[in-house]
Amino acid sequence: MLKIENLKVRVEEKEILKGVDLSINEGEVVALMGPNGSGKSSLASAIIGNPKYEVTKGKITFEGKNLAALTPDERANRGIYLAFQYPAAIPGVTVREMLLSALRAKNKEVIVSALDLKKTVEAEAEKLHLSPDLLGRGLNEGFSGGEKKKMEILQMRVLNPKLLIMDEIDSGLDIDALATIAQNVAEMVKEQKMSVLVITHYQRILNYLTPDVVAVMKDGVIVEQGGKEIVDRLEKSGYR
Amino acid sequence: MRYAKKEFKPEVIVKEFDESYKLGKSDDIAYSYKGERGLDEKLIREISAMKEEPEWMLQNRLAAYKVYLSKPIPTWGGDMSPIHFEDIYYYLKPAVIGKKSWKDVPTSVKETFEKIGVPQAEREMLAGVKGQYDSEVVYGSLKKILSAKGVLFLSMDEALKLYPEIVKKYFGTVVPMGDNKLAALNTAVWSGGSFVYVPEGVDVGLPLQAYFRINSESAGQFERTLIIAEEGANVHYIEGCSAPSFSSASLHAAVVEVIVKKKARVQYTTVQNWYKNIYNLVTKRAWVEEKGEMRWVDGNLGSALTMKYPSCVLAGAKMIHLAPNTTSQIISKSISKNGGRATYRGMVRINKGAYGSRSKVVCDALILDEKSRSDTYPTNKIFEEDVILEHEAVVSRVSEEQLLYLMSRGLSEHEAEAMVVNGFLEPVMKEVPMEYAVEMNRLVGLEMEGSVG
Repeated sequence: MLKIENLKVRVEEKEILKGVDLSINEGEVVALMGPNGSGKSSLASAIIGNPKYEVTKGKITFEGKNLAALTPDERANRGIYLAFQYPAAIPGVTVREMLLSALRAKNKEVIVSALDLKKTVEAEAEKLHLSPDLLGRGLNEGFSGGEKKKMEILQMRVLNPKLLIMDEIDSGLDIDALATIAQNVAEMVKEQKMSVLVITHYQRILNYLTPDVVAVMKDGVIVEQGGKEIVDRLEKSGYR
Repeated sequence: MRYAKKEFKPEVIVKEFDESYKLGKSDDIAYSYKGERGLDEKLIREISAMKEEPEWMLQNRLAAYKVYLSKPIPTWGGDMSPIHFEDIYYYLKPAVIGKKSWKDVPTSVKETFEKIGVPQAEREMLAGVKGQYDSEVVYGSLKKILSAKGVLFLSMDEALKLYPEIVKKYFGTVVPMGDNKLAALNTAVWSGGSFVYVPEGVDVGLPLQAYFRINSESAGQFERTLIIAEEGANVHYIEGCSAPSFSSASLHAAVVEVIVKKKARVQYTTVQNWYKNIYNLVTKRAWVEEKGEMRWVDGNLGSALTMKYPSCVLAGAKMIHLAPNTTSQIISKSISKNGGRATYRGMVRINKGAYGSRSKVVCDALILDEKSRSDTYPTNKIFEEDVILEHEAVVSRVSEEQLLYLMSRGLSEHEAEAMVVNGFLEPVMKEVPMEYAVEMNRLVGLEMEGSVG
């Protein structure tokens, strides 16, 4: 599904990723762990095509297609979705309006009904215990940290991506919210065979969303890769 | 900010923008009168004669022309040097004037109205539609129910013919010709514009709407709008503009006068989509009497230079035991891109004795690129202590984070930008009928198509 080979990325002349290799198969949950500043979020930015992250070497392929020449929207429309750590606010635009445009951009042939979308969004909001009045407000405008994270998951549920990247989704979430989010994601993995890259430096979310593979990043490279036992060890002894 | 390997060359963009600007084709209209370029007394006499105006209006025009010549071009707003006043056509008259029925309107005009959405709006909820096609109103109608209530919604030219006494009583009382050079110019050569008269106690209910459009290259637009709301009357007037793309600067210098009598309410909403080389210099002013309420709502997009002077003159009645309690609100939203520059010059004046009055001014500007700018110069003249005055001004940019966020959801760069812009305009859109908002959304989309680079 996703294959990253010897990826080197720099931001404003500074090399952040120094040769990353990582693969994610269909329906697989991969946890990417590591201390703050190790390059985990930069990897997410490089995958979605943030233009500030310049790929200097190596490549990212998604379903066999090299992503290098694709813009962020082209990558999104191929099925890559990032749940942002700090989602931007879009004043005056409701989540429904945004999703309607996104769905229409994704599939120009199929007519998306605004009314059906409204129902879908309301149903998903309920599952995520998101207050309905947030749906009528500007997207992420004045939302709490937890509300923003849930709204990221809501959008994901509607857009139905093939690959979900969650960037530090667990930061600032209470345990109930975390469990709700993890449950919604796990459902997508089971039913849609969605692949997931969970970026975190805590093991907390992994108690609810069991990873198939755990990779540890340090100073811009993957230093260790294995099964869930790595999480338990990191919990005891930390990153060294 | 650049995305992946796409490259844009600015000079190519300008050309593509012209082509993609779908309202931007100059429709082939037969003009029955196209004067010489430039302005002199002879032309003013010809305009007045052709319109068969009463003598006082001709004298008024000639006096204003003298004022115009005597006043310097304002230098405090923006650079107006690219305007060659001598190259402008001051009067154009399409061959077809004042058609009452839709089927009488020529096809080419219909097509333009089709593009800017007039017929749909007409059929649906709007009370009346006036489309300004260059200097004359070629199409207009008023629902019977409003006529029965005594509401007048005409072009200024018609109003001068049919109701000369009302026009004479109010014309130039709120914006006198000596106010500024452009007001004087407008008074000298005005043509078209709307006339709205709402009798005492009448609530118009549905918004009255006019579309303005500059069609001919270097066609100056000098509409004159006069709105009179008698005691306790209530009306919402909407003005919308779209201009085609041309290479030389077109000038738009309108004057809007609003008279809000005791306990009356008037809202004046403007939504504009000016192409880059339109110079838009508008003087709008309202006279608000005791317990009256005036709201200006303004959404501006594009334009080489947009300068506006919406002002409210809150004139409380000089009665000692009655609290004047006048209310005004100015909402101005401007969007600048491709070197566009928006200047807001608002003035709120609250006279001695107008105690208990409240005024709120909100100026928001959205800037889409490094080349564009926005300035706000509010002036408040308050001669009474017991008043509430609020002013907010916010300048924001479409951030890279917002664009990336929306693109990561699958929207193209221009769709993402258009979405942020539409979100910004949303508070204005809430004020206008649904159809109009949809139309404006579409215009924003068209504008954004070419704005990358």
